[in-house]
Amino acid sequence: MPILAFRLAAPEMLVDLKYVEGLDRIAIDKDGVTLGAKVRWCDIEADERLATAHPLLAEAIRHVAHYQIRNRGTVGGSLAHADPAAEMPGIAVTCDAVLTLAGPTGERQVAAAGFFEGALQTSLAADELITQVHLPAWPAARRWGFREFARRRGDFALAGIAAFYDVDPRGRAVDPHIGVIGASDRPRRLARAEAALSGKVVDSASIAEAAAAASAEVDPPSDIHAPADYRRALVATMVERALAHAAR
Amino acid sequence: MMKIEFEVNGKPVSVDVDPRLSLADCLRSELGLTGTHLGCEHGVCGACTVIVNGAAVRSCLMLAVQASGDSVVTVEGLSNDEALTPLQASFRKHHALQCGFCTPGMVTTAHALLTHEPDCDEDRVRDVLSGNICRCTGYVPIVEAVLDARAAYGSKGE
Ligand code: FES
Ligand code: FES
Repeated sequence: MPILAFRLAAPEMLVDLKYVEGLDRIAIDKDGVTLGAKVRWCDIEADERLATAHPLLAEAIRHVAHYQIRNRGTVGGSLAHADPAAEMPGIAVTCDAVLTLAGPTGERQVAAAGFFEGALQTSLAADELITQVHLPAWPAARRWGFREFARRRGDFALAGIAAFYDVDPRGRAVDPHIGVIGASDRPRRLARAEAALSGKVVDSASIAEAAAAASAEVDPPSDIHAPADYRRALVATMVERALAHAAR
Repeated sequence: MMKIEFEVNGKPVSVDVDPRLSLADCLRSELGLTGTHLGCEHGVCGACTVIVNGAAVRSCLMLAVQASGDSVVTVEGLSNDEALTPLQASFRKHHALQCGFCTPGMVTTAHALLTHEPDCDEDRVRDVLSGNICRCTGYVPIVEAVLDARAAYGSKGE
């Protein structure tokens, strides 16, 4: 809707999904969590199963927008909109989610990492719509953290970090995933920050290394909300806080 | 043009609208309900908040056609002719409005919140009202007014 209000786009046709059935389900099974495109933020908030089935998702979604928007904003809408600072695309990319897109020739599955092409740009074709997004299963012992910084509660983040890793028997981080929002033209994982953490015990030294790597790895924009240097520093701080939460 | 039927403040309405007309513009221009205010028209200020099927939503972020079949309550629907409602009285008592531009959004949001969560605490009130901008009051009196109105919504008290 803001895109229309700003006259950024003038699509010839608008389709309301209100009466399309079956898109508003949150399905949880051994393979993971599947969110229908019409699942609203308030639905995720109210679903107590997610506290264990996907705590990172539940925490990140608590940061989405304000009360009135949470009552109408949807998973599919946020993914299709592809704001670089939005939480849902960030979680999808960080968690290796798979999106299901439906079009005239049937359905196709795409990895979240390849779906986002830039600010407000995705690989969704004009005649396709997102029907669901699948997040792989979440092991109970997985460590995670989510932190974002916004000037006003509910506003788009100047920068945010979603992070998780598993722990081997000797306490070392296995397969860490660190994703950033708000500091590049699309949500992305930070390979060098992940490498800095991989195989290490997550303590203040390894967290500092990961934070430094993350800060060096992002190339944030300067805009009226914050200069690039500030955002880069913020990325490091968010990595520190998210990982400190994960290691608590 | 599309013909839509929905309920506004308890009364059925039927109106012909352009498919891209926002619910806010429909309420104000087509139905004459100018109590719903438009500040930003892109979902940031909260002035346009109305209650759709019991949930507070921003009417500038919704097309009128999307309200087809729904029940909409505007700030006009939260008043009565005779006297101030408890929520209105509380706003007055606490000086929770000055220019009044933000007030319809504050009142509709507070009404939805207190209806669902009459026992909400100050943190919750602040969290929910964080989506509504007020340039006059500094928010403190608004928060006090909402907290003070809880009893009228069946709060069991703290
Ligand atoms: S006019 Fe709708 S949120 Fe500002
Ligand atoms: S009373 Fe003036 S904006 Fe709130």
